[in-house]
Amino acid sequence: MKLLTKVALTVLVLGTAACTRPDRFGADGADGANGPMDGASAQAGVSDPTSPLYFNQTIGDRVLFVVNSSTLSDQGKTILAGQARWLQTNADYLAIIEGHADERGTREYNIGLGFRRANAVREYLVSLGVPTNRLRVTSYGKERPVQVCSTESCYSENRRAVTVISIASLS
Amino acid sequence: MLKQLMSVMVALVLGSAAMAQSGPLRLTITDGVIEPLPYAVPTFQAETVEATQVAVDLTRLVARDLTGTGLFREIPSSAFISQPSAFTQAVAYPDWRAINAQALITGAVTVSGNQLVVKFRLFDVFSGAEMGGGLQFAGTVEGWRRMGHKVSDAVYSRITGETGYFDSRVVYVAETGPKDQRQKRLAVMDYDGANTQFLTDSGALVLAPRFSPNGDRVLYTSFESGFPRINILDVASVGRRQLTTAQGEIAFSPRFSRDGNQVIYSLANGGNTDIYRSELGSGAAVRLTSAPSIETAPSLSPDGTQIVFESDRSGSQQLYIMSANGGEARRISFGDGSYGTPVWSPRADLIAFTKQNAGRFHIGVMRTDGSEERLLTASFLDEGPTWSPNGRVIMFSRETQGVSGTSALYSVDISGRNLQPVAVPGGASDPSWGPLQP
Repeated sequence: MKLLTKVALTVLVLGTAACTRPDRFGADGADGANGPMDGASAQAGVSDPTSPLYFNQTIGDRVLFVVNSSTLSDQGKTILAGQARWLQTNADYLAIIEGHADERGTREYNIGLGFRRANAVREYLVSLGVPTNRLRVTSYGKERPVQVCSTESCYSENRRAVTVISIASLS
Repeated sequence: MLKQLMSVMVALVLGSAAMAQSGPLRLTITDGVIEPLPYAVPTFQAETVEATQVAVDLTRLVARDLTGTGLFREIPSSAFISQPSAFTQAVAYPDWRAINAQALITGAVTVSGNQLVVKFRLFDVFSGAEMGGGLQFAGTVEGWRRMGHKVSDAVYSRITGETGYFDSRVVYVAETGPKDQRQKRLAVMDYDGANTQFLTDSGALVLAPRFSPNGDRVLYTSFESGFPRINILDVASVGRRQLTTAQGEIAFSPRFSRDGNQVIYSLANGGNTDIYRSELGSGAAVRLTSAPSIETAPSLSPDGTQIVFESDRSGSQQLYIMSANGGEARRISFGDGSYGTPVWSPRADLIAFTKQNAGRFHIGVMRTDGSEERLLTASFLDEGPTWSPNGRVIMFSRETQGVSGTSALYSVDISGRNLQPVAVPGGASDPSWGPLQP
């Protein structure tokens, strides 16, 4: 049974790869309007609380971390509580949580750190009632910065975990 | 600052070179201070008209190889008293002694159709004797660079007593675009940056390629699926497939075992990253670490019995050594700052690493017990060392800061001397130095 769920999930995620595959710039870019929901945004604007655009822009799709840490801040927990409510209300959506790091670390370690951050988000969402089979984690380490300056203000925006909503429906 | 760091470093010495007149020519690469060994390499004889340009190019390539080591200094041809007129002509030793050329390299090049033949001889000028016999390499005209590198390897080997590293290739990540739009492709090149060839397109993010021990395959991490996964690529056919691992969903940081039949790598399970070993054939995997911390960047000892890796189990990234079968690990890094990406030297005596301390990144080496740490470089961001096949030189990535920051490859010898950029066209990162080619 567990295996079946996994297979079904995988197939669905793959089936909508064009929308859910996080490995492209813009998928979690600073400009949420150009995010992965391009196809949906025409009929589901930011004012529609069931739209992924609303999730990205009004609730907030990302939480930030301090250097080398995967501890959620109070502010981050508030955002994640909103994410959890949205995911529970809009039960047809899946989410991939992407962990990221700033450039001040080695490549391999930053991939591990990104997983740690993504998993902290996943565990918090699960603790608030989001089913585990709707959440997957990945990490891009330091490979996908949203800010490119080499100052702390940019680094802090790059140390993030982004919840990328998939338009795929389980129903 | 770098100077200060280097003052504690071991340097390379011309062992008996300074006393070359009292014994056979021998440059011993050990501790001490160095004066590069002066040599002369008159343009190789073109024995056919078609060979004229190749003879010039090949001679210059040999000179660049040798001088590029920092161990040798070329005496310019303008200082020559005589020129060898034929390959077999007796050497006029006094003419070369007069300009203090300790080594003399002569050669001849023949081109016939697409066939290229290169001959060379090496002379110990002050002993007045030839070093080793003449050697001849044959191949195609397009392969002239490899033949030049083979001449350089033979000269280096005869004078230092160690194998060279010139006829070798490096697999790396070719980079284009700004930091927030960066495209990465696998590419392979000669050690000197020539003959670059792309192995993947820029459709998927790829990281950290690693050559197999004999250079026939490359392991790397691909984000093609949106999740890091390990791929294996056959260099000759450029055919690739995803590596089969027991739980092989999310894996990265792979390296081959010394026999090329196994891979050691990191596997992420939720937020925890541990080290695994897997058979390339069957995919059967063994978990080697089980701490809740991040364990990654494993590298095997040359005898295959131990693994050096990094872990943040102490609270910061540090280096550890464990048995190749896992189990208890002992920490070897204890200096200030954090340590990552350890790589075991092919000579087995040293571990190269990336160190981050006080806002700077360094490439360094330490003994396998953690003693005698030496930092070889310092910059905004240096990382990812790889060893030359003979364990004398380290290549690494250097990224510059800011909006227009780019990545480039550099090499440095293990004394910290002779830091220089590798002439790769375009941005480059994550080098992995392959073996000396047969």
